[in-house]
Amino acid sequence: MTESLVTARGLTKRFGDFTAVDAIDFDIPKGKAFGFLGPNGAGKTSTMKMITTVSPITEGKMTVFGIDPMVDGRSIRKRLGVVPQEDNLDLELTVAENLYIYGRYHDMKKSEINPRIDDLLEFAQLSDRRNSQVEPLSGGMKRRLTIARALINDPDLIILDEPTTGLDPQARHLLWDRLYRLKQGGATLIITTHYMDEAEQLCDRLVVMDQGKIVAEGSPRDLIQQYAPREVVELRFHDGQKDDAVLKLDGLSHRSEILADRVLLYTDDADATQDGLHQRGINPEQVLVRRSTLEDVFLRLTGRGLVD
Amino acid sequence: MTTLSRSLRYAESEVIAYRRTWRGTVITSFVNPVFFLAAMGAGLGTMVDGGTGWNFSVPFITFVASGLIAANGMQNGAGDGSFPVMAGVIWRKNFFGTITTPLGPTDIIWGRLIWGIGRLFFTLLVFAVISYFFGALELGPATLAVFPGVLTGVAFTAVITAWTLTQTDGRSLSTLFRFAIVPLFLFSGTFFPISGLPDWLQPVAYVTPLFHGVELTRKVALPGATDVVTSIPVWIHIVYLGAMTAIGIYLSIRLLDKRIRP
Repeated sequence: MTESLVTARGLTKRFGDFTAVDAIDFDIPKGKAFGFLGPNGAGKTSTMKMITTVSPITEGKMTVFGIDPMVDGRSIRKRLGVVPQEDNLDLELTVAENLYIYGRYHDMKKSEINPRIDDLLEFAQLSDRRNSQVEPLSGGMKRRLTIARALINDPDLIILDEPTTGLDPQARHLLWDRLYRLKQGGATLIITTHYMDEAEQLCDRLVVMDQGKIVAEGSPRDLIQQYAPREVVELRFHDGQKDDAVLKLDGLSHRSEILADRVLLYTDDADATQDGLHQRGINPEQVLVRRSTLEDVFLRLTGRGLVD
Repeated sequence: MTTLSRSLRYAESEVIAYRRTWRGTVITSFVNPVFFLAAMGAGLGTMVDGGTGWNFSVPFITFVASGLIAANGMQNGAGDGSFPVMAGVIWRKNFFGTITTPLGPTDIIWGRLIWGIGRLFFTLLVFAVISYFFGALELGPATLAVFPGVLTGVAFTAVITAWTLTQTDGRSLSTLFRFAIVPLFLFSGTFFPISGLPDWLQPVAYVTPLFHGVELTRKVALPGATDVVTSIPVWIHIVYLGAMTAIGIYLSIRLLDKRIRP
């Protein structure tokens, strides 16, 4: 069995009467990318804050590298790289200085830090920005710099809270590429996201969180197989025709989801389902056939979409 | 790493940042105090000294310069305890990043104070030397008076850091300066002896922190000029400012921990 870097049992975080994380169990194996997927407010960030030892555990047990964060958080943080949800770069410093001060916080010597900065700037594709101020950098560049900063101490575990939220598609793909390289280099990653495609692209294993609880766990493929049939037929209707059509859908698919703007039919055979639509005289304005994704899994598990 | 070495690491990052931001501090730290010295001490001073109301052993500009060392300490110390702290927890949130490294809230507070002490020393020393060139103070005592000036500044940094950590809106900082720092600056004995205040207001002045800073600084800067200071023993000023510093640090650490490690 692979070694677990983080183990949690009954992990709970409460703020007053509000339970942000509700007695969750998980094991994060070494050398894998582990995802926490869920909508805003599901408790992902609170869980990350407990792992990074910056938020006390209310109840339950957790170890990170075998250490209790409530006893010796500092020894844990020495070996962590943390990319927070909001960039908190030092805007007064240059790109290189932002990395330098974190190297110093990690008790590294100047002679160790400088070559490391060169490598990390290259990795983050920021070498030509070395002496730039941080403020005018694009969102994607700031994000990559934040990731580079998290890597300054060559961490054993890298925690990324919503790494691509707010980035344009091009910047996202570049970031995914960098994270994929880290993974291939053998790093252990913890990624929170509310993007299904991100979880599918990056995570070997993931848990789906909703309202502080873990509602499913597995590899992206397992979860799709378990909770969503292979294909989805998405139907869009002209105004007012949806309700009539819905009444005639019975038996065409394993399951259907009636959303405000469209109807989703989950099926193992999209062609047969489409034939069935014609036979029953259902004529949607638009029909789209696609593979199931984690979004569908989430919809199945919680009855709600991911990004409201 | 010990708390001290971690705090020094934090202070080091402040030094690096200061290399980029010092220009913005030149006016408040160095130019404004000299304007006050020139306008109040030298300008107003010629009229005060020529008049009949100023019956003290030192010229008016000397009196003002010695008080300004402490007042300048307060201004800089208060600035250091407010805006950068608000930036760390609200505007830029960099404290939240710092605590994901081996550093913790305690190291941030001590690191900021260590840095603040260094900056206060430099700022007040420059002012002391300028006062010497104005002919307002003697170089030796003025240099020694930098120490109580720094103590005054640190006491304000500590307490105002704690206060800032209870605030959720940056606008409260301008309220602080308008309604606390400016009145203290004007009425704590920097520009005229407390005895010039109405009788009922004098006890109020005696309990204000800047009064103790100004008195202590003046007692060091103007040895022998017993007619421009009160007879309150020096140790009372030191204990007052020391206690203010200690309480401020204690509360700052607790409040910062609560704020950034919820």
